[in-house]
Amino acid sequence: MAKIKGIELIKDGKRLDGRKPLQIRDVEMKVGIIPNANGSAMVRFGKTIAVAAVYGPRLLLPKHLQEGDKAIIQCRYNMAPFSTDDRVKPGSSRREIEISKVIRQAFEPVLFLENYPKTTIDIYIEIIQADGSTRVTSINAASLALADAGVPMKDLVVALSGGKINGTLILDLNGLEDNNSEADMPMAFTANKKEITLLQMDGELKQEEIKKLMTEMFKAGEEIYKMQIKALKDRYSE
Amino acid sequence: MTKEKENGVREIAFPGQILGSKSEYLPSSGTYEDNGNIVSKYLGILVKSGNYISVVPLAGVYVPKPGDHVIGIVTAVEKVGWVVDINSPWEAFLSLSEGVEEFIDLKRVLLNRYYDEGDVIYAQILSAKRGDVQLTMKGPAFKKLREGVLVKITPSKVPRLIGKEGSMINLIKEKTKTMIRVGQNGIVWISGEKIDKAIMAIKKIDEKSHIYGLTDEITKLLSDKDG
Repeated sequence: MAKIKGIELIKDGKRLDGRKPLQIRDVEMKVGIIPNANGSAMVRFGKTIAVAAVYGPRLLLPKHLQEGDKAIIQCRYNMAPFSTDDRVKPGSSRREIEISKVIRQAFEPVLFLENYPKTTIDIYIEIIQADGSTRVTSINAASLALADAGVPMKDLVVALSGGKINGTLILDLNGLEDNNSEADMPMAFTANKKEITLLQMDGELKQEEIKKLMTEMFKAGEEIYKMQIKALKDRYSE
Repeated sequence: MTKEKENGVREIAFPGQILGSKSEYLPSSGTYEDNGNIVSKYLGILVKSGNYISVVPLAGVYVPKPGDHVIGIVTAVEKVGWVVDINSPWEAFLSLSEGVEEFIDLKRVLLNRYYDEGDVIYAQILSAKRGDVQLTMKGPAFKKLREGVLVKITPSKVPRLIGKEGSMINLIKEKTKTMIRVGQNGIVWISGEKIDKAIMAIKKIDEKSHIYGLTDEITKLLSDKDG
């Protein structure tokens, strides 16, 4: 299973792109890239690039969607047609609708939505280039964009993916690993309290493996959190 | 603090940053309490004054508070009042009794005689509950603003634009010979001689509110191009 065209995905403790099993790809984060949006950010994990733009809180129309005592989040995750090898058909697919929903749910617990009754906070995420782990890259980008937009937040949200190949636990899967792994587990959590806001899994993992993988992911999350803070502070470093 | 002063940028707090414990400090605006800790809600400038810790956000929309003085644009004339855009997620409503002092016979007089669509008004927030915002024009300061130019800035930076006891805004007024009125909703009305220069200064304050020595920079900017 973990073999494609006779190539081993993990060999002598090294992955195809030369990473160690628990090493994440090189990460780039930029805040405030879209002047027209209230807040925006770009996050790159290796070859995966996500751009997030936040608009609002703004008045929600039509009126019947409004919540009288809090704001709602509307999120759209969209893959650019040119983001993968095979052209992605424009328009929301089943997969994109699902990811939009889980991203929205990843942020609902961390925002002070009750401050803005009858409004919406719109998060638009575009995947410019996809090479695995797009949903966690999107969450990192959206987390920065929300902070940039001045939306009150309890905490920043950090996300990354983990998985298993040939019985070895790995972090931050790329596209090839994603498609050929034994298991793939994206996770998002609040940076300080480590409260999990998104946890999905595809494939099979043993109980101990999940525990071990989650510990490693929390550890690697610290690194991503530091990069988020740096990106936010760089926005205002003159 | 001295270290920050040297490199020119004020201390920036980010959402979720633990700023101190409740036993040492008292939480103020822009923060929340969690397990005895004071935690920042915003990406913003950290302000410690006395025992209080607050975070002034660097971005964000205007949330109306009763008593705020705002500048709004009339967007619609209704049967018993006016709908006003106050640069916030919610529209504000100015009712007839709060807008005009005299008695009006609704059968004879059209309301756009007082405030018409597109008029700019300086008003006070009367109440703001659950997204329902009411305005009032009662008080000597509140009136229709004629002529002039409107500039939008980030609402949270209004105190910075005004400065300590109006020092910053008076500086701009004096140097550019303009009349300026600042709404707490981030709309600034300017009228007078060197409007373009005043706008330049205001935009600069909006962009660089997190820098130390801003007053000096603005003084320089305003006197530089005089010659």
